Amino acid sequence: MLVAGIILVLTVIAYLAKVVGGFEGVQFSPTVSVIVVILLAASLLWILVLTLKGRLIGRRVVFLYVGIAVSLPLFMSISQKIVISPETQQLYDAISELPSGAKVLVSFDYDPPSAPELQPMAEAFLYYCFTHDFKVIVIGLWPQGPQQANLAIDKLLALPEIEAKNLQYGIDYVNLGYQAGNEFVIQRMGGSFESMFPTDYSGHPYSDLELVRNIRNFSNIDYSFNLSAGYPGTQEWVQVAVDRYGLSMGGGNTAVQAPMMYTYLQAGQLAGLLGGMNGAAEFEKLVGREDKGTRFMLSQSFAHMVVIAFILIGNVAFIVGGRKKKL
Amino acid sequence: MEHFAVWVAAFLTLGIVSFLYKDNPWYKLSEAIFVGISAGYWFVVLFWDNIYGKFWNGIFPEELIDSAGNVVTREPDYWLLVGAVLGTLMLLRLIPKIGWISRWPLAFIIGCTSGLYLINYFSSNMMRQVEATIMPLVGHWVLDPATSQNAFSAFSGADIFSNLVLVIGTFTGLVYFYFSKEHRGAFGGTAKVGIFFIMITFGASFGYTVMSRMSLLIGRADFLLFDWLGLVR
Repeated sequence: MLVAGIILVLTVIAYLAKVVGGFEGVQFSPTVSVIVVILLAASLLWILVLTLKGRLIGRRVVFLYVGIAVSLPLFMSISQKIVISPETQQLYDAISELPSGAKVLVSFDYDPPSAPELQPMAEAFLYYCFTHDFKVIVIGLWPQGPQQANLAIDKLLALPEIEAKNLQYGIDYVNLGYQAGNEFVIQRMGGSFESMFPTDYSGHPYSDLELVRNIRNFSNIDYSFNLSAGYPGTQEWVQVAVDRYGLSMGGGNTAVQAPMMYTYLQAGQLAGLLGGMNGAAEFEKLVGREDKGTRFMLSQSFAHMVVIAFILIGNVAFIVGGRKKKL
Repeated sequence: MEHFAVWVAAFLTLGIVSFLYKDNPWYKLSEAIFVGISAGYWFVVLFWDNIYGKFWNGIFPEELIDSAGNVVTREPDYWLLVGAVLGTLMLLRLIPKIGWISRWPLAFIIGCTSGLYLINYFSSNMMRQVEATIMPLVGHWVLDPATSQNAFSAFSGADIFSNLVLVIGTFTGLVYFYFSKEHRGAFGGTAKVGIFFIMITFGASFGYTVMSRMSLLIGRADFLLFDWLGLVR
């Protein structure tokens, strides 16, 4: 109870320092970052030694280490080398070939729980579209998708290089909102976009939006990008829009979903794929705007190293404990 | 209001995470709030998007005003009434005496979905995948525009290796799932190779899943340390 009280007081102080005092936060210098990494590795080694001596650690220590591995890199000023994978390069090459003014359809098929992985992808993709004067049409097959799109668009429109372009809603980009019906929406869009989206997200009539007024169906779209966290998502877009209507499409998927999409990539049904946070970081590097995807990759790598370390420690405990014989 | 929302989100996030220490009332409260709000949210979304947005607005379309002040009218879509009737029939399950009628809309849904999925899956997930697996191993013939004759173009060593892995992996994986013959001898050996390929696939998939879950945790850590407390610059 005392500890909880102290933590509460400290959090209130930290929050007030941010809100009232203008505290800008902490960032470790590269030297401090390296020292922290060494200390973390040394403590894991110490746990291994304890395990070899037969003193096993509790599961809460593992949770604590994963929490530390995820949190501490957010303070570090060191960065991780991002290597571009062929599937990310393929997506970048596909949009690089589009001419200025190309019409790009972006479907936001995810909700806030998947935002840590997909929002950086969305922002990087839209950044490329806006800086290369593509016309962006946003839709969502998930109810919260268009809201996620607006968050990304608002953030990008505040950037000086985008603000200078003076992009106009309805002319340079449009958010047609959410439509219920899953893959049947895609099917109907193959005949007529307007039949599924009679109004945009804000209630403006389809025919009143200059950007989409002359867009009848997928044949008027130059490229499509699908951000997907499950069903309906990339699989449904491939099955209906790509294979039936011949839409050229790239996918941005959560890491859970990405392995299933490689078959579509291999078969040429997808023109590029971004898988998980790694894919987001790679794409951010390609478009030249390193943001959260890149920053989070250090935490991702640290967490993976800690998981691998504990798998090793667990196996050592298993062997040292002689449990194999008992089983 | 924004400060309050951030504190509530932080309170609930920490409540859920507190389960890692042990089950406690804070966790139970956070879990109950999450489940309750989710159920309420989805009810509202489904009502306004499906029943009102699609059905009601489809039968009685609202008049829209364009930027020039003109009234944009739409024709009512009376086919939606068929869906409404079928949807109502499904609710008859709540009346045991005539509950059997609810099987009709279910049969309609299953029939339509099967018909659509059969074509989609057969085309995208079977034929296109079989087509992608049948490939030249070491090179292919390409038309030379200079001579207007076909010339053999050899693949690189890496491409040949990749193609071999794909072909062997697909073949041995299929053999593993062939259960009409006992897995012994050369057939059993081939199936065993297939198991290795399947295990590697599962391993890669598991690795991606771990990455995804870590991403969610990183998102929450970023919220707590950056959006809430502002400790990270």
